[in-house]
Amino acid sequence: MKVVVCTKQTPSTTAVFTVDANGHVSWDDPGGKPNIVNPWDEYAIEEAIRLKENHGATDAIALTVGSEESKDALKTCLAMGCTEAILVSDSAFDGSDTVGTARVLAAAINKIGDVQIAVFGNRAIDGDTGLTPVQVARKLGWTPLTYVSAIKEISNGQITVERLLDDGKETVTAPLPVVISVVKEINEPRYPSFMGIRKANRATIPVWTAADLEVDGATGAEAAKVNWGHVYAPPPREGSVEIIEGETIEEKVRKLVDKLFEEKVI
Amino acid sequence: MIDFSLTEEQLAAAEMVREFAAKEVYPTIKEYDRKQEMNPDVLPRMAELGILGINIPVRYGGQGFDYITLGLVCEELERVDTTLRVVMSVHMGLNSMGILQWGTEEQKQRFLTPQAKGEKYAAFCLTEPGAGSDVAAMRSTARRDGDDYIINGEKMWISLATKADHFLWFAKTDPNAQPPHKGITAFMVTRDMPGVTSGDIHGKLGVRAGSTGWVHCDNVRVPAANRIGEEGEGFKIAMSCLDNGRYTVAAGATGLIRACLEDSVKYAQERHTFGKPIAQHQLVQQKLAWMQQWYDCARLLYLRVGWMKNQGIRNTREVSMAKWYATDHSFKAAHEAVQIHGAYGYSDEYDVERYLRNSRGAIIYEGTSEIHQLMQAGYVLGERKDKPLRCELPAYDPEFWQAEG
Repeated sequence: MKVVVCTKQTPSTTAVFTVDANGHVSWDDPGGKPNIVNPWDEYAIEEAIRLKENHGATDAIALTVGSEESKDALKTCLAMGCTEAILVSDSAFDGSDTVGTARVLAAAINKIGDVQIAVFGNRAIDGDTGLTPVQVARKLGWTPLTYVSAIKEISNGQITVERLLDDGKETVTAPLPVVISVVKEINEPRYPSFMGIRKANRATIPVWTAADLEVDGATGAEAAKVNWGHVYAPPPREGSVEIIEGETIEEKVRKLVDKLFEEKVI
Repeated sequence: MIDFSLTEEQLAAAEMVREFAAKEVYPTIKEYDRKQEMNPDVLPRMAELGILGINIPVRYGGQGFDYITLGLVCEELERVDTTLRVVMSVHMGLNSMGILQWGTEEQKQRFLTPQAKGEKYAAFCLTEPGAGSDVAAMRSTARRDGDDYIINGEKMWISLATKADHFLWFAKTDPNAQPPHKGITAFMVTRDMPGVTSGDIHGKLGVRAGSTGWVHCDNVRVPAANRIGEEGEGFKIAMSCLDNGRYTVAAGATGLIRACLEDSVKYAQERHTFGKPIAQHQLVQQKLAWMQQWYDCARLLYLRVGWMKNQGIRNTREVSMAKWYATDHSFKAAHEAVQIHGAYGYSDEYDVERYLRNSRGAIIYEGTSEIHQLMQAGYVLGERKDKPLRCELPAYDPEFWQAEG
């Protein structure tokens, strides 16, 4: 049984989102920190490695669609303990929306073959849509299991997981293969190990292009159905402080209550 | 050609250690510092993550990284708290690297391997209540008795005194030797030997979240197989261990300067006086510029030593310079950082008062600044020359280091 973890390289958590006068978006880190593995994906990577360690998966393969630079994220996956990493990179995929990316990921998962579980982080910290896992499941024709907070059992071609929902937890069983997206309650991601760091830096990461894959459906900016009509950085929240003066506590409280009524806070 | 670049492996290892220290140690450091106790998870986690064997060959249970990585790791550890780096100074620099340099193959298997794996913690027992800089004044004795030695003596200011399993112990096998330092011999004393006792000292100015204490040997019977090097070679062994320990101290103090700089930059941009952030005031800017200068110099000095160790070049002078410079300037940086933080810097609401307290000890241990000045003057005047040792610290050979053995 192979497990694939789909990961994405994102800006650092301290990067600042800006849009210039021409609508060009940038995510520069004021401290110069490099791009990182999407923090949500760390839980997915950890879970993929645990599926190998505890549930008999033969491989835990990290898969990314992105530029050559995304190899850094894949190296982190290898340093943590993934057995293999594959980068899918082609200018034909540039500007894809989540459906386009899902088509590419599904084609890559098919090419890997014998994959029983594809693991995703809940969402990416840049796009923040959380759409890709279910779109990949749809494309592959597999069952999507989202918001997974625990993998309970894998046996007889079935997987039982716990899902963490707004209303509580639910335990569901589905036939393999499945796509799961995990929440951060599922585990505590490990650090890369020193041995893993060395292994990762020596690994040759294969790069698959559009020519290597049988992508079903259109990809790239042209095919994207999502239109980024107007992109802007949310205005910074403004606030002010007012100290309420008064002779006595009672007077201050009365003034405060009046103020809160006035502002329709209460 | 001079190459100032670091490899991806070195940077990734440092990043991993930074993440560990920030996530697992920083959140509770003030609490343990106040309690004057060591966080009980620190040593087991450092062991589990391989930090305790970072630059030891894989065949001896280590991680097979080079000496530069050891420096980077120490910088990251002391960026968060000095007590973390102290662990590396004694366990790795002063003890494990000493065994790597002077131990027999059998001793490496027996002592170094469990230490590098983090199964055993290691300490260095040189200083005594009445013998610090004046090493040769030590009173600890080792008397030969058949296949054993009988060790008596008291060691003081020992880091990991109550945590360590293996003590690299220096004692006089010939109390009448002339000059006196030629009568010193090194032994590996283990905690399970009857007659070994230890305790921690409280009330220190700094490194309060660490273990510092005394170790006592009362008629401890140590097999001759635990003697490191030859009889009378102890002083040379101790000095070469210090060449390694001082490297970790220099790198760590560099991390402390960085801590002062980073915290000061952040605070100076947040705190306003006279209608603008204090970072806009020139006298505050001057302090920040100094800290950056001290950081750059300290880092270059320790990285040069790391490079020399990798090449197998003797570095007694260079490491003394790196340690003297970095520790003196970490104290200055902490002093300036407190000043930038004003009254807040004087309270433990911010970290800089801890930096100031923690920086002070390193100006005393592993060679006081005064000893380092005398050493440097000795070299300059041609009065001091390093003679080749019977056992030199092995140069970093990636093939040997990384092979399973």
